[in-house]
Amino acid sequence: MSDAQTNNAAAEHLQADQKMDAIMGILLRSGVILAAAIVLVGGILFLTRHKTPVTDYHIFNGEPSDLRSISGIFADVKAFRARGLIQLGLLVLIATPVARVMFSLFAFLYQKDWKYVVFTAIVLGLLLYSLIGSAGA
Amino acid sequence: MNTVEFTAVVWVGSLLAGFLGALTGLGGGVVIVPLLTLVFHVDLKYAIGAALVSVIATSSGAAAAYVKEGYSNVRVGMFLEIATTIGALSGAGLALYLKASVIAVIFGLVLIYSAYTSIRAQPHDSTEQKPDRIATWLRMDSTYPTEHGLQSYHVSGIPLGFVLMYVAGVLSGLLGIGSGAVKVLAMDKAMKLPFKVSTTTSNFMIGVTAAASAGIYLSRGYIDPGLAMPVMLGVLIGSLAGARILAGANVRILRIVFSTVIGALALEMIYSGLTGKI
Repeated sequence: MSDAQTNNAAAEHLQADQKMDAIMGILLRSGVILAAAIVLVGGILFLTRHKTPVTDYHIFNGEPSDLRSISGIFADVKAFRARGLIQLGLLVLIATPVARVMFSLFAFLYQKDWKYVVFTAIVLGLLLYSLIGSAGA
Repeated sequence: MNTVEFTAVVWVGSLLAGFLGALTGLGGGVVIVPLLTLVFHVDLKYAIGAALVSVIATSSGAAAAYVKEGYSNVRVGMFLEIATTIGALSGAGLALYLKASVIAVIFGLVLIYSAYTSIRAQPHDSTEQKPDRIATWLRMDSTYPTEHGLQSYHVSGIPLGFVLMYVAGVLSGLLGIGSGAVKVLAMDKAMKLPFKVSTTTSNFMIGVTAAASAGIYLSRGYIDPGLAMPVMLGVLIGSLAGARILAGANVRILRIVFSTVIGALALEMIYSGLTGKI
């Protein structure tokens, strides 16, 4: 390969990387905004419905089972429960970095950067294992 | 205090914690846990759950900007996230077996170290790095924007950086924080990345690290919507405001003042842990 070709390839890589960075930025920002909006709506609903004395957070009791799992949270959202709606927003928030990693996987595949395809797949596997493995049921 | 009052007070506290976290570069999570446990007497597990969620919000929000500006090294971040996610899963698992008082003491020690690194002068970047075999193979060498245009740099010390990142992951999973201080230590000291690159790449990685333990925390019932709601919204807005207002300003004296306050909070956490109050 001549020097010019090497430079060309390097420039192409740089461009692809910059494009990937730009999309990633948009993805992260939208995820956070969407999550914050859902939490806010759920929060307003929660406060208008719960004028009772505050929950005692001094002693740890753990959350009820519906707020501990993805399926439980969706069931709560369908029933329009405020706490479930907040939890959905938090779930969107947790999913945002996971979506970012998923996007990176596609971007590295597109660039045929096999080493990073493997690294990204490992990270994605660990994230899904944690999220679906523990909170999926 | 009724629910509305409690939520309002926690929201204002979280706003300040987020602001302080952005100002000192410590992150909101590290400030919110002592605030919730020492001031609001919230159980450490609930506090850690709420902090972890706010950490994901601030890190993703800030990372969006840094990634676009071309500071973060996405390849370095992606590779090291293997270490931090494995670490985060170990840390979240470890949290099951450790007593709250032990976790409080570890938290205090990490907090003191973080406060110390935030007041230390920003190190000068060495541009005379030689290419490293592993880094070249992993295509990690990159550029970052400076006043004089794009500056290229080499990455080195990857094995040590990887080990330190695992430790950062364990602390993040155990304490519900971003552990940015340890991540910056790994990239700045071990891997010789330029300071601006290591801080922004650390921020980029924090969201993924925190998301790795968040699923476990959720399933264990650590994440309470009524508490996490004001904390997440407060820390997010506070840190965005902090980053915007203080961009470019000389904040060294403010940093020293606030880091002293945070150091005092850390000592109180250690004391509470040792006397079994937490």
